Amino acid sequence: MNWMKFRYLYLVFSLLIIIPGAISLARFGLKLSIDFTGGSVLTLSDSTIIRQKDITQHQADEIVSKLREKNQDLKLVSFETLGPSLGQETIKKTIYAILLASLLILIHITRAFKQLKYGVCAILAMLHDSLVLLGIFSLLGHFFGVETDLLFVTATLTVLSFSVHDTIVVYDRIRELQKRHSNESVYDLANQAVGETMIRSLNNSLTIIFMLLALFLLGGVSTRFFALALLIGTISGSYSSPFTAVPLLVIWDDLKSHRK
Amino acid sequence: MNQSRGLLFFIFTLVLFCLYLNLLRPQLNFRLGNSVFNRDLNFKMGLDLSGGMQVTLLADMSAISAESRATALESARSVISRRVDLYGVSEAAVKTLVAGNDYRLIVELPGIAKPQEALDLIGQTASLTFAAPVYQADPASPGAQPQLVNFVPSDLTGKDLQSAAVTFETQNRQPAVSLKFKGSGKDKFAKLTKEFLGKPLAILLDNSLLSAPTVQSEIITGDAIISGSFTLDEAKFLATQLNAGALPVPVKILSQKVISATLGENSIRQSVLAGAIGLAIVAAFMILYYGWLGVIAVIGLLVYGLITATLYRLIPVTLTLPGVAGFLLSIGMAVDSNILVFERYREEIRAGRSWPVSLELGFGRAWNSIKDANLATIITGLILFNPLDWSFLNASGSVRGFALTLLLGIFISLFTGIVVTRTLLRFFYHGPGQLPFKKSSQP
Repeated sequence: MNWMKFRYLYLVFSLLIIIPGAISLARFGLKLSIDFTGGSVLTLSDSTIIRQKDITQHQADEIVSKLREKNQDLKLVSFETLGPSLGQETIKKTIYAILLASLLILIHITRAFKQLKYGVCAILAMLHDSLVLLGIFSLLGHFFGVETDLLFVTATLTVLSFSVHDTIVVYDRIRELQKRHSNESVYDLANQAVGETMIRSLNNSLTIIFMLLALFLLGGVSTRFFALALLIGTISGSYSSPFTAVPLLVIWDDLKSHRK
Repeated sequence: MNQSRGLLFFIFTLVLFCLYLNLLRPQLNFRLGNSVFNRDLNFKMGLDLSGGMQVTLLADMSAISAESRATALESARSVISRRVDLYGVSEAAVKTLVAGNDYRLIVELPGIAKPQEALDLIGQTASLTFAAPVYQADPASPGAQPQLVNFVPSDLTGKDLQSAAVTFETQNRQPAVSLKFKGSGKDKFAKLTKEFLGKPLAILLDNSLLSAPTVQSEIITGDAIISGSFTLDEAKFLATQLNAGALPVPVKILSQKVISATLGENSIRQSVLAGAIGLAIVAAFMILYYGWLGVIAVIGLLVYGLITATLYRLIPVTLTLPGVAGFLLSIGMAVDSNILVFERYREEIRAGRSWPVSLELGFGRAWNSIKDANLATIITGLILFNPLDWSFLNASGSVRGFALTLLLGIFISLFTGIVVTRTLLRFFYHGPGQLPFKKSSQP
């Protein structure tokens, strides 16, 4: 099959997903949880959630006892409070973590494949996946009140590593084919590699998706959106390896030969 | 083949050993060099699963000189854990964290029912007082020696103490604790030691007895040594506690998280259910798609789960909700190496090779991509886990819990996905469509 014939189409499809998300990101941003903004959240036994500015345990107990006048059985299920300075710090640390991860992965791939373009294209595919994830969560936050918390950061970093993991499997196939057919063009090698690894990519993504879907549907409330973030990221990561990372590699070569 | 036989035996023994540790959960009690292991093998649950409270405190270091701040923080930690122990919280943990100019204490109290009470307890600033003995003659037996009945606080307090440190006695090199008083304390201490020569002085921390050394001589220099048959650890502990009085740090709550035990129980139940169903679907998929190869991959997956559970118990890994999610995710990823190998195997078969050759080629050729791909995940895992405690990266417990389970998952799955399944396949796979226990003519 001639997968690479439609290389620009794949990128257009990606943009169709990324652009609405990016607009939402620019206009509404993310709905940040108290992990980033500071403040307090009380969860009650009837699953109501109360958000407050930074209050103390004492004030929280008062709120609950006031509410208990109406409903005797009400209990405080969880109470969380965070000073604003800690939130700022978390944002900074998150950015550092993502930058450090990108840099190290870029070095790792460039070293493993002995060419910078592999590293750059894998990082671009990784960027693609984080944009998809951030965009969708921005939309979910704006329309459904889904919050972005510290676990979301963890999910994002995991997705980044999964995305690269998947990309490396395809790149590895290109590297191997190159050794055997050194005179073939990147275009043909990419075609063959994508075709040969397609079933593996699908099957592996499916097993992870099964697991995450179970976690999303049946796991507790506390990890529901964490599972959703991982799920979106896994799907995007599986798509981006053959349909972003590899087309970019081919386009990179197109551009280079044009310049010559 | 001999090497494979050895591996098969090793895997079999490993599985039996893991089963033994998981099912019978023996009390571990053995020595390894100087350290003694004495632990049960129950899973350790994080606060989000067991219920409880986590508080991050900011220590106010404005009154402490820069070079004493680390000591002061350590002392504050020691005092808080002592109070928590006295309050009767089991498995409480108090950790210190220095982030830039911020000195923090992270207190974890599992199973707390009254958060406010606990907060009052840990929020106090330590107070150290020296108390003088009170003697009273027993009215029933006149003429007898007066008896020690009580201690009353003197005017000498932690404010007068400069610092305490571990030292070694000159004669017998026994560990002891040295005290150095400030100018304000020198005279007060001299007066006390003169008045109560040969009698005990009590040192009270938060109004409970820390130590009651007997005054051996009048001390006017402001330098004293508390000796006794201390072990080094006991002397260190005493010095730390004394320093808490000398370097009092007021603390303020930076963040707090309280989770009820019922929420934790629910989360465990839901995660177990989700995990079981997810695992069943993955297993069914592998068997339906790959046949006997899939069955062996699923056995490998079960071995994976068993080794993981054993390591969680042995290390021990504190299980948190994100940690459990990380484990479930790693199951999904664990079959990846199998899928890579099996797809490779099928390709070689299509290329016209015999199945035993294809199998070995499959493992050999898939290894390159498995290695490079997993390295990328290890990099991310390490950044999340932040093993060197770099202050510009996150050190939050929930993120670390996830990272640790993810990292363990990668290493164990590499072992089960490559070594275990490969060995099992060599012995129990006899080609496409053949039953696993049929005698085979193949070598």
